[in-house]
Amino acid sequence: MPPSDAPIPRFPQPLALGLRVAPLLPMSLSLTVYARRIAQSHPGLFKRLGEYDSTPFVLDPTDLPIVIELQPNKGRPSVRVVRGAGQGEARIAGPLAALLGLVHGAYDGDALFFSRDLVIEGDTSAALALRNAVDDAELDLSEEIARLTGPFAAPIKQLMAIAERRTGVSLSRPEEVDLW
Amino acid sequence: MVMEIVCPAGTPAALRAAVKAGAHTVYCGFNDETNARNFPGLNFNREEMREGIAFAKSHGAKVLVAINTFPRAGGEEMWHRAVADAEACGAHAVILADLGLLAYTAKTHPGLRRHLSVQAAAANADMINFYGTEFGVKRVVLPRVLSVPEIAAINKETEVETEVFVFGGLCVMAEGRCSLSSYATGRSPNMNGVCSPASHVEYEDNGGVLDARLGGYTIHRVGKGESAPYPTLCKGCFSAGEKTGHLFEDPVSLNAEALLPELQKAGVTALKIEGRQRSRSYVAEVVRNFRAAVDALDAGRPLPTGMLARLSEGQATTTGAYKKTWR
Ligand code: SF4
Repeated sequence: MPPSDAPIPRFPQPLALGLRVAPLLPMSLSLTVYARRIAQSHPGLFKRLGEYDSTPFVLDPTDLPIVIELQPNKGRPSVRVVRGAGQGEARIAGPLAALLGLVHGAYDGDALFFSRDLVIEGDTSAALALRNAVDDAELDLSEEIARLTGPFAAPIKQLMAIAERRTGVSLSRPEEVDLW
Repeated sequence: MVMEIVCPAGTPAALRAAVKAGAHTVYCGFNDETNARNFPGLNFNREEMREGIAFAKSHGAKVLVAINTFPRAGGEEMWHRAVADAEACGAHAVILADLGLLAYTAKTHPGLRRHLSVQAAAANADMINFYGTEFGVKRVVLPRVLSVPEIAAINKETEVETEVFVFGGLCVMAEGRCSLSSYATGRSPNMNGVCSPASHVEYEDNGGVLDARLGGYTIHRVGKGESAPYPTLCKGCFSAGEKTGHLFEDPVSLNAEALLPELQKAGVTALKIEGRQRSRSYVAEVVRNFRAAVDALDAGRPLPTGMLARLSEGQATTTGAYKKTWR
């Protein structure tokens, strides 16, 4: 887990430039598979969205030249990666590391919002519902990727752990210890 | 006696995080209007409540269920069911505000411990003793408008335990009596469990200048680099007469960590942390700090200081009414 008062790391520029030309369709398809996998293993996440379980969201990693359109579809989510502003009723924008850190509980959403590392636009209520639902789901994105890769799970997790240490970006859910 | 840390949980994950971080007690509510923090994506269904309470108990912690809105005429059934379900789920106590609901609970669930919510705005010993005598209330959550000497005076005259807010969002009036939010949004804490609800909030960023609106009214405008405000009505920036500014209260949040020794001397039993809308990461961090502080106080060690400012609204804190230095 990155120290929560360290500056939020930014995605390396050369890699971000690569995304300007990368084909988006395969990314959209694999992220949809990934999101459906998460929906299966965490059904509570989409239930918690309540009246917003069909609201289209835009997740905007501001250090990347792409945005992610997420349609929760009552628990059968689909994802589209697009260039430009994207379309949706609620937009959550911030550096990729901040968005990933939120998912893993490494950062507090309100604190990121007060410091303006995170920007919410459109339907604020829907954006908060998504944030709260994700916070409750205690997701571990590395674990979910590893599960999808079958026999490669162990080396993938090791690679993610190395990347997490090198970049300071939260790629997995930190271990919780009982203090009392 | 170590002062009890009473910590918020908006979700089951936050409840577990709070307990693991050392909260003695966690408070939470059902996902409906019976709860004064009825926010999207938050709160507990019955099953989650039962599991959460079992988890807390297995770690030696207690759970309080807040049923602290005022029942609608003709709709009391929902509140009655919430009380019965809280008891069935194994809650240590229920936190209530409405006189009728207190009377109902004392009569039909006499074995269920009753706390008085801050929403009831009980701010003097006579009123608190009335709730204690008539409805068997064992603890009162004091409104955030009292100074430390006033709290000490109350404790001298009552056997009812007192719980005071020490950290988090600051409600500058007696919350149970404030209807400001309903003027801009039609919804208020007392009737709907929300103050300045997110469903009426809009942000607009124009080249770094951020406007925060509530119910269509611009409550705040901040420049580039300034921290973002949540448009809570009482913390808005207004023009009135000759003055423009935060006429009620600055957008700061409460941090009474430095006052813990004084609060202990004033006879306070429990320290309440605000923030059922905050994440599990926040909850764990605040609890860890306050637990360390009360343990240090109990062992006669100096208090750790300067914690937690980063987590606060406006990234600035105040000791609020406890020191009575504000407008
Ligand atoms: S408007 Fe301010 S004073 Fe009134 S209930 Fe809301 S937070 Fe409290």
